[in-house]
Amino acid sequence: MKKMSKQLRSNLITYGIVVAAYIIVTFCMQAGMVSSLLKGLLVPLCVYVILAISLNLTVGILGELSLGHAGFMCAGAFSSALFSKITADVIQPAGLRFFLALLIGTVVAAIFGLLIGIPVLRLKGDYLAIVTLAFGEIIKNVVNVVFLGRDSAGFHMSTKDSISLGLEPGGQVLIKGPQGITGTPNDSTFLIGIILILVTLFIVINLINSRTGRAIMAIRDNRIAAESVGIDITKYKLLAFSVSAALAGTAGVLYAHNLSTLIALPKNFGYNMSIMILVFVVLGGIGNIRGSIIAAVVLTLLPEMLRALNDYRMLIYAVVLIATMIFTSSQGGQEIQERMKAFFKRRSKAEEGK
Amino acid sequence: MKKALSLLLAGSMVLSLAACGGSKDTTTTTDSSSASSDAAGSDTFKIGGTGPITGGAAIYGNAVKNGIQIAVDEINAAGGINGYQIDYNFQDDEHDAEKAVNAYNNLKDWGMQVLIGTTTSAPCIAVVEKTHEDNMFQITPSGTAVECVQYDNAYRMCFSDPTQGTESAKYIGENGMAQKVAVIYDSSDVYSTGIYEAFAEEAANQPFEIVSVEAFTADNKTDFSVQVQKSKDAGADLLFMPFYYTEASLVLAECNKQGYEPTFFGCDGMDGILGVENFDTALAEGLTFLAPFVAKSEDEQVQSFVSKYEEAYGETPNQFAADAYDCVYVVKAAIEAAGATPDMSVSDLCDAMKAAMADVSYSGITGKDITWGEDGEPNKAPLVVKVVDGEYTEL
Repeated sequence: MKKMSKQLRSNLITYGIVVAAYIIVTFCMQAGMVSSLLKGLLVPLCVYVILAISLNLTVGILGELSLGHAGFMCAGAFSSALFSKITADVIQPAGLRFFLALLIGTVVAAIFGLLIGIPVLRLKGDYLAIVTLAFGEIIKNVVNVVFLGRDSAGFHMSTKDSISLGLEPGGQVLIKGPQGITGTPNDSTFLIGIILILVTLFIVINLINSRTGRAIMAIRDNRIAAESVGIDITKYKLLAFSVSAALAGTAGVLYAHNLSTLIALPKNFGYNMSIMILVFVVLGGIGNIRGSIIAAVVLTLLPEMLRALNDYRMLIYAVVLIATMIFTSSQGGQEIQERMKAFFKRRSKAEEGK
Repeated sequence: MKKALSLLLAGSMVLSLAACGGSKDTTTTTDSSSASSDAAGSDTFKIGGTGPITGGAAIYGNAVKNGIQIAVDEINAAGGINGYQIDYNFQDDEHDAEKAVNAYNNLKDWGMQVLIGTTTSAPCIAVVEKTHEDNMFQITPSGTAVECVQYDNAYRMCFSDPTQGTESAKYIGENGMAQKVAVIYDSSDVYSTGIYEAFAEEAANQPFEIVSVEAFTADNKTDFSVQVQKSKDAGADLLFMPFYYTEASLVLAECNKQGYEPTFFGCDGMDGILGVENFDTALAEGLTFLAPFVAKSEDEQVQSFVSKYEEAYGETPNQFAADAYDCVYVVKAAIEAAGATPDMSVSDLCDAMKAAMADVSYSGITGKDITWGEDGEPNKAPLVVKVVDGEYTEL
């Protein structure tokens, strides 16, 4: 009984942090205390938080290393941006259109997750990591060769160039291969981002604490034992993997509707991004949802806050990363952490004693 | 214990957010090398620039950064704009749309009134959306994509990709340089694709025929034997190469190996081919390309810029630096024509400058008597450059 309430309290604190962050930022914005830089960063922060939470489901709860998370984000981003661009004048109001775009991005990413998960999840450990890395790159590269246009005769597709689409005069090129999609309506707002974070948290936390979640964690801890008690390994693995992919797709939708240009580069949808999300998860603590949120926020803000240092900022960012990793994983660092924990324990005990 | 720990973490998150909230007043002029740091707030025009100064495209961003710096120093030394000094701040955008918006917002916090940027096309499309919202005057030195200047507050210094493709096709056609043309282009590059598409479109109106089109991507740009072979088999007497000089040097070497000797025609990315290491410059003999700027030009303004740049940064400036340099002078011309002062709001300043831009006619190092239309595109004649005796020569 005591344990349950502790877990509930911990979850409530996680929700509370997100809501509190929203209230504080909104309050500061009303008071005019928020710089333009931070205002511009609010939606990306939500994107990275959702990505970190969703990857934590694969890495922390399912226990499989996935390096293709940005690929799912890419699938969600491009499918939804395409939808929004096509229907920009048709579906009004913008809120409804964005809601549909969110659904489409999420579902497309989930389908990709499912399709990729079926062959990939037969692999384990390093092999899985390598194959997911490859799939992430494939999604990005496929997006880069697709040309899609629309005229009165319908849709035209090509993998060569936009001339070979053979559009009638007045036809519109929707996806321009390596030049991506431009002119996506800017529908993402901080409020929507926060709501999506809460929804993501709700899905992930409830999944973890459900019967399904316990089955998934059993597979992580001991596959053979889990199989022997009759847990359907493929089903649960696939479930966790596609939920994780779907949530990454949601983040992709948010990302795509925050900027008016969407191009698949190694930086935003390639392995660089996948690794960055993984860094959020590892630094925040594998399996620790609240840690992922905080790591994503801090690591996204850090390079921007260091802009005043000009050329040195990326250097310092790297040094901070290395230092944090050493602090959290080395023996010496852990000893310091233990001592800090013991200190807080003593204090809280002393308070309870009073 | 968990409670204490979570409180600590929650606190740290709130703190980190609060810290950025407060960062508004702590932003400082980061570029200490710009003169006139003693001038106070509203007594100076605050000009910002963005571009990639880290990562793969850093060479372009650095050139723009240095080009602006030279122009700003010159103007400040000569008494500023309308008697007001310029404050200059350049931010890194890592050639990423999201980071470019961050850089723009950062500059806004600093108090930027005019934006010279961004350097590359994709980030520029994202940023122009924001400058349009804020109604801030923007002039991009080298954002070539059409959408970069889709709003009336945005202007361009360089040629757009389609203009370059169209001009190249016209030049080839009008001068009767070829009957059969082969094209090799980089399909993974926005710049190269943009030029090629406009070139192909205009070619339909010209007295030559495109007989072969071969593409390569950024992942396989070291071996061009297949593309050259196909161009040769198609019997093309002119090879159009809309990409950068590093790849062009390899194509030229491959043509030489296969004994294929068409006329070579390039785009402004060819500027620099004679400086490629271990490249036999004799191979580039006769290579013709359109360029906005030639460092070897005998023009007085160009020579003064090139010598200043070489002295300050130890390298020959490329077209990016030249475009950026001209941008600052265009901003100066627009502000002077509008009779604007630094205490005007960003939006008022933009409106005044927009009105003035219609009458601005500017002669600089990337063209003479340049004017701008309502669409923000520059009207200037491209220089035609030919490699003769191992030197760039203006035709």
